[in-house]
Amino acid sequence: MYRYDEFDAKMVRERAEQFRYQVERRIKGELTEDEFKPLRLKNGLYLQLHSYMLRIAVPYGTLAQRQMRQLAFIARKYDRGYGHFTTRTNMQFHWPRLKDVPDILHHLADVEMHCIQTSGNCVRNVTADHFAGAIAGELEDPRPISEIIRQYSSFHPEFNYLPRKFKIAVSATKEDRAAVKWHDIGIEIIKNDAGEIGYRVFVGGGMGRTPYVALEIGHFVSKTDILAYIEAILRVYNEYGRRDNIHKARVKILVHQLGADEFRRQVEVEFAEIKKTGTLQLPPEELKRIEAYFAPPAFEDLPDESPEFDAAVKADKDFANWAKTNLTPHRARGYAIATISLKNIGMTTGDISADQMDGVAQIMDDFGFTEVRVSHEQNLVFPHVRKKDLPAVFARLKALDLATANAGLITDIICCPGLDYCDLANARSIPISMAIQKRFADLERQHDLGEIKIKMSGCINACGHHHAGHIGILGVDKKGVEFYQIQLGGSGAEDASVGEIMGPGFGKDEIVDAIERVVDAYVKLREPGERLLDTYRRVGMTPFKNMVYREQMHAAY
Amino acid sequence: MPLIKDGKFVQDRFIFIPDGQAFPDDGGVMVTFDRFQSECATLIAHHRPLGVRLAASQNPEVLKDDLANIDAIALEFPIFRDGRAFSWARMLRQRFGYKGEIRAVGHFLYDQLAFMMRVGFDAFDVRQDFRIEEFDRAMREMTYVYQPSTDGRKTVMQIRRGE
Amino acid sequence: MAAPVPQMLTANRLIDGEVLYWHDGNWVSDFARGDVFDDPKAAEAALEAAKAFMRDNIVVAAYLFDVRRTANGVEPVKEREIIRAAGPSNRTDTGKQAGLGPQEPKDIPPIQL
Repeated sequence: MYRYDEFDAKMVRERAEQFRYQVERRIKGELTEDEFKPLRLKNGLYLQLHSYMLRIAVPYGTLAQRQMRQLAFIARKYDRGYGHFTTRTNMQFHWPRLKDVPDILHHLADVEMHCIQTSGNCVRNVTADHFAGAIAGELEDPRPISEIIRQYSSFHPEFNYLPRKFKIAVSATKEDRAAVKWHDIGIEIIKNDAGEIGYRVFVGGGMGRTPYVALEIGHFVSKTDILAYIEAILRVYNEYGRRDNIHKARVKILVHQLGADEFRRQVEVEFAEIKKTGTLQLPPEELKRIEAYFAPPAFEDLPDESPEFDAAVKADKDFANWAKTNLTPHRARGYAIATISLKNIGMTTGDISADQMDGVAQIMDDFGFTEVRVSHEQNLVFPHVRKKDLPAVFARLKALDLATANAGLITDIICCPGLDYCDLANARSIPISMAIQKRFADLERQHDLGEIKIKMSGCINACGHHHAGHIGILGVDKKGVEFYQIQLGGSGAEDASVGEIMGPGFGKDEIVDAIERVVDAYVKLREPGERLLDTYRRVGMTPFKNMVYREQMHAAY
Repeated sequence: MPLIKDGKFVQDRFIFIPDGQAFPDDGGVMVTFDRFQSECATLIAHHRPLGVRLAASQNPEVLKDDLANIDAIALEFPIFRDGRAFSWARMLRQRFGYKGEIRAVGHFLYDQLAFMMRVGFDAFDVRQDFRIEEFDRAMREMTYVYQPSTDGRKTVMQIRRGE
Repeated sequence: MAAPVPQMLTANRLIDGEVLYWHDGNWVSDFARGDVFDDPKAAEAALEAAKAFMRDNIVVAAYLFDVRRTANGVEPVKEREIIRAAGPSNRTDTGKQAGLGPQEPKDIPPIQL
């Protein structure tokens, strides 16, 4: 993975001191809270319901062992001994004190980490496929260009005061595991007819009040041109994005208002100007230099089958279940990609304790894993595990309570912190997702239901990505009472779609039953081989709606 | 308002004359774009230091054919979060090669000064209590830069490549 | 005319984010000790006094919120304020409910890197 040189290292140190000075000035009153807020947001620091919250960048979801250990240290020293992984693969701590944050930033700098631009109206953390470098069918690892974009966008002098936040994601396979079409800029690495590798650039995706799937703006942008192209997009947005209404300020509004053709035209005018200067051409040697950091480990020459693995599947039912859902085929023979679910039944989705962080780091140490990944679905991934090591790795995960065999199943829920933590929330999300998990805890039933992606947000800001859920749940405030709306048919994959609102919402004592009725409706309506999403796309909302609300009406009598 | 240029407080060469108000007999004046447009010929014929003040929503390309006659362009920050002027300054310097003064006016923060210098601002209309040492400090907060801008500073990529 | 809704006043301490409640011209950490204003004029007066603390950079985001009187005492009307007074409902071992808001950093040694 990328390693800082002296320049990167100095940047994060100086940034920490810059923030220390900002805190000093705030405490003295030389900065008002209105002035300080955007500055602290650019260092990932929110003021939430109970306390501050610090969001730490995990670039393209990749962590080294010592970084995981340092996060555990910070969790113990400055926080309540746990952290939370987000839908943008970042880490959040819920209890830091403002006065301690500059010190925390230095602890992070010690392990080449930072909180730079993890919030605020600037370019945020660049995310990528969490199976990068491991999955078959990948044109190339999406992370080198992600790292280059990270550096390009960090402390960008022109684009640090955009109309609103700006999120970029990169994918390199046909299957989109990075939800690129839900981002402000989504980059798909493709090959053109001439066999050259380049980028298809989508612009204008986003969640929130007005969800949109991104539109294709750049059909094929070359590697040398990509930074100039991104600059052109950011410039058009900075100049013409709306600043009159915070709910209409994302680039998605501009793109959909102008239409793809006109937006593309404006971008290309700017792009041509930038090319004239020649200052943003990406030298191939620079890309190669960064690619070298992401070279995969030397894979051993192993047989496809592993007797240790097969024996464990036969002997250990828990291992067999885990292997069924939490393993993905690796491009190298004899290897597997292992998903570590952070969705224990009845526990807070995406949370991880300091002990668990250390435990994961220790597994990495013992098995020679140089990286662990964070997915936007709030799980961890060991990308390169020898099949023969899987039983031993599983045993270690089990001892840490990190072996829940539910990757991709209905209890693998994405959920934001919601009203339990967040100042913006309208309703709690965590207890609902826990209750849904408990309702569907039976593993056999989960397997029968197959892939169902439930995504839940505690407010319209949609940090839980509910618009992209096969079943999306949105918490709202109905006259001071928590209330929940169901959406169906969203997708965050390459077939990106916005979920459709089903109908009137449900109270917190009704919502789990309502979700179960949705699921029962799917079971009734499905044809062989269909996931819930497929059934919904085939039959539409009406049959689901009828069953969910008819049952509710009957129950009322 | 104190004016900073070249890292020190300087006398303002311009007086901002609101629309409708008469100009003084001589000395530099700064006017709105509307006034510049309607009285362009008179203003230029007077051969006095001339500044034009643009609102945040005004794309400076409206001035592109007159830049040779404009000594200073003031770009407004209605609120510091409105970052359009960063792009306008960059456009003036880089696209149009403007060599005159680009001045930041309105509400902006110490924390934006370094970025503003990078994109082409060279004069700053600062708060009454602004201490000049702060300007110097702002310029020194970050030693390196990742991306090219109008200041021509070497980027980290260039340093790494030995350029 | 209906009786005015009783209110309380809350804010966050700037330096550590701790949730505070107005009491007797100053701030306390414990919701149960917070002043209850039955008179809207008293509530507004307290909010005005609180603004001095904001100007002095002691607290941020001071605001009034509705409460109601029950057999068990005073409780907030909105779920949001109930959670804010207690702590996260999914982690009852954290927050005010556990006597654990934002804390001093623990004295533990840095790790070997």
